[in-house]
Amino acid sequence: MPQHEHMERHAKLHGRRFDAEEKERKKEARLAHKRSEFAQKVHGIRAKLYQKRRFKEKATLRKTIAQHNQRNNKHADDDAVAEGAVPAYLLDRQGVSRAKVLSNTIKQKRKEKAGKWEVPIPKVKPVADDEMFKTLRTGKKRNKAWKRMVTKCTFVGDSFTRKNPKYERFIRPSGLRMKKANVTHPELKTTFQLDILGVKKNPSSALYTNLGVLTKGTILEVNVSELGLVTTSGKVAWGKMAQVTNNPELDGCVNAVLLV
Amino acid sequence: MTLTELSDDKKGGIAWGGSLVGSENPNNLGYRYSTATKRYRVVESTPTSLPSNLQIQFQNREGKELAGILDVPTNSSVDDLNALVHALLEADDKRIPYAFYAKINGDDVEVTDILSELFEHFPDLSTESVLQLTYQPRAVFRVRPVTRCSDTLPGHTEAILHVSYAPHGRLLASGGGDTMVRFWDILTATPKFTCAGHKNHVLCTAWSPNGERFVSGDRNGVWILWDPAKGTAIGKHVKAHKQWITGLAWEPLHANSKCERLATSSKDGTLKVWNVRTQSCLVTLSGHTDSVEAVKWGELVYSASRDRTIKVWNPDRGILVRTLTGHGHRINTLALSSDYVNRVGPFDHKNTKFESEEAAYKAAKEKYEEFKRNQGGVERLVSGSDDFTLFLWHPQESKQPIKRLTGHQQAVNQIVFSPDARYFASASFDKKVKIWNGFSGDFISTLTGHVGAVYQVAWSADSRYLVSASKDSTAKLWEVPSGKRAKGTLPGHFDEVYALDWSPTGGSVATGSKDRTIKIWKH
Repeated sequence: MPQHEHMERHAKLHGRRFDAEEKERKKEARLAHKRSEFAQKVHGIRAKLYQKRRFKEKATLRKTIAQHNQRNNKHADDDAVAEGAVPAYLLDRQGVSRAKVLSNTIKQKRKEKAGKWEVPIPKVKPVADDEMFKTLRTGKKRNKAWKRMVTKCTFVGDSFTRKNPKYERFIRPSGLRMKKANVTHPELKTTFQLDILGVKKNPSSALYTNLGVLTKGTILEVNVSELGLVTTSGKVAWGKMAQVTNNPELDGCVNAVLLV
Repeated sequence: MTLTELSDDKKGGIAWGGSLVGSENPNNLGYRYSTATKRYRVVESTPTSLPSNLQIQFQNREGKELAGILDVPTNSSVDDLNALVHALLEADDKRIPYAFYAKINGDDVEVTDILSELFEHFPDLSTESVLQLTYQPRAVFRVRPVTRCSDTLPGHTEAILHVSYAPHGRLLASGGGDTMVRFWDILTATPKFTCAGHKNHVLCTAWSPNGERFVSGDRNGVWILWDPAKGTAIGKHVKAHKQWITGLAWEPLHANSKCERLATSSKDGTLKVWNVRTQSCLVTLSGHTDSVEAVKWGELVYSASRDRTIKVWNPDRGILVRTLTGHGHRINTLALSSDYVNRVGPFDHKNTKFESEEAAYKAAKEKYEEFKRNQGGVERLVSGSDDFTLFLWHPQESKQPIKRLTGHQQAVNQIVFSPDARYFASASFDKKVKIWNGFSGDFISTLTGHVGAVYQVAWSADSRYLVSASKDSTAKLWEVPSGKRAKGTLPGHFDEVYALDWSPTGGSVATGSKDRTIKIWKH
C-alpha cells in the first residue's frame, strides 16, 4: 500500500500508460468476481466478521435503490389528478365544513320501523331502579314511601306541567332537566349545540323512556334545522336521531353523537 | 243652430249628464263607457271624413262579449286596443299581444294599424253601427315550467363542474373533475362522446355561438378545442396560461361571421385573445395585478379581477379603454345585458338549421339589432363581489358606476341577466336569490327557500322562470317577477349541485352535481 503521494508524483512526472483507463475499468469489473470468490473461500471468525459487514452494506444499498425507485414512482403520481374537484367559483375559498346529505330515506324509514338501529354504543349496562330513583318519605309521620325522585338527568317537553303534586309518583327535579345537547357529527367531527326534541328510547327500560331519562346510550331526537340537511326528495330535515355518549348527571351536560 | 254648433259649444262628442270627461282637444275625449244612446257627432263640412269616435265591442273567439259597448277614438292603434283589452281582462301577464279582427261583409279583417284604416279600405262600412272586434292572443313563445327529473346521466367518475347546452339546444356538454369532457344526446339522454385530453379538472367550457365548436379550459391553464359532431379534439392542446383558466368568452357571431376569436382569463392576471383556427394568441391583455375571475365579450371585452377593478379592453387594437373601480373586495362575477343574445347567436326556439355561414351571420345580426332596439341601445354590465354588493355600470360610456346595489348578506356568487334583459338575478352564499330591474338596477324581490348557499342561476328562454342550484343539493324553480316562494323544488341529487343550465329551446334543464351525475329536468 503506497503511502504519501509517490504514485501521483510519478504520474505527473512521467505520465501514465496508454491503456491506464482500460486497465482501471477492467479491474473494477473484476472486483465483483473477486469479492464473491473471497466470500466463498473465507472461513472461521474472519468469515463471520466479513458477513456482518457485508450485510450492513447490502442493507444501505437496498435503501438507496428503493429511494431511486421512489423518484420514478413520483412521476406516475404527478399524472394522477388531485382530489376534491371544485368549480372555478369555489377555488381559493376556504371550504366551510358542512354536514353531508342524508343517506337514502327509504332505508332509514325501514330501520325506524324495525326499531333496529346501528348505534355507536350498542350495549349499555342497564341502570337499576334503586340507582335511578330515590325514595321520598311523605305523610305526617313520614311513613309513606311511594314517591320516587329521579336522580338522573331528564328531558321534559316545552309544554310540560306537573301533575297534581298530591298524586305525583315520579318527581323530576328542575335542576336536572336538560334542553340542549352537544351533538357531534361523526364524519365531520364537528359538534353543535342542538335542541332536544324528545327521548326516543332508553335502553334500560320503557319506564325510563316515558319519563324522559337521559342516561348513557339513550336515543334522542334533536333539532338539526341549523345544519341545513336536505333529503333526496327535497324536504328539509329538521329532526334526527342521536345517541348519548356520556353520563349527563356526572358531567352536567348531554353529549351525543348524531346517527347518520 | 246646427247640430255642429251645438256640439262645438259643448266641446263636441257625447254629452254626459252635464259633466264632460276628456282632454282639451275636442276631438279626443278618451275612453268611456257609453250607456246613453243619444250621441252628437262632431262632423266636419266634408261628408266623406270619419267621425272622431267609434263604438266598438270586444268579443273573444267564441263570441263571448267582453264588457259593454266602448267609445274609442277613430285613430286608435293596435297598441291602444291592446292596452284596453289588458285592462278589461285584468290580465297579470301584459306581455301577451292580441290581434284584432273586424267582421266586415262576413269576413274577418285584421286591424293592422289604426281603426280608421278599415273605413278607408271599405268605404261602405257604416260608422254609426257598433263595430264588433274579435280579439285573439297572438302566439307567444312560452316555456313550460320544469317539474320532474326525466333522466339521470351517470358516467363521470368525479364531480361535475360545468354543464352547458349548445346554442341550438340539441347537444349537452359537461366537464368534470375527472378531466373528461362528455357530450350527451338530449333526445335519448345517452352519452354521445367521451373526450379525454385534459390532465386536470375541467373548470370552464364554452360553446361557440354558431354551435360548431366547443372549448374547454382546465386547471393547468390548457384549453382544448373540440368538434362536437365527431367528438374529437381539433388541433393540439394550447397551453394558454401559467395558472388555471377562470373564464372563456367567444366573440359574438353578429360581430364577426367567422366565429374564430376566443378570450381566456386566468388566475395569473392576464387575458389572452386567441384565434382558435390557427391556435395562435392574437393579443395578451395584461394589467390586472391579481387573478382575473371573469371575462365577457360584448361590444368590448370586460374583465373582472380579484384586485377589485374591472377593465374594459378593445380586443382589436389590444388596448385598455377604461378601468372601473368601486368595489371593496374581490369581484366574483360579471353579467352583460347582451349575454343571452351573444350566447345563442342566430338560433331560437324554432329549431332552425342554417345552410351557410352567411345565413347564420345575418340571422344573428338581425336578432342583435332587434334586441338593441328593445332595450335602449346601452350595454349594461353588473358586477358582484365578496363585499356583498353589486355595481351597475354603463361601461361604454363612463367609468363611474351608475348604481350600487346592496342587500345581500354574504358574497355574491353569480349574476345572470334575463334573456330579454329586463331583469337580472343575483345568487349569493347567504341562501337568497335577488331579482333586480335590468335597466335601472332597482331591487324587485328576494327569493328565499334554499337552505344552503346558492351557487348558480339560469333563466328560461322567455324570461318567465328562473332555476337556482344550491349547496343543499336541490335546485328550485321560481316564477318571475311574482313569487317569493319557490314554484317548485327539483330535489334528487345526493350532493351539492355545482352546475346548471336551461336549454335555449326551453325544453329542459340540466343540473350537474358533486355526486357525479347529471339530471335532466322536464315539464
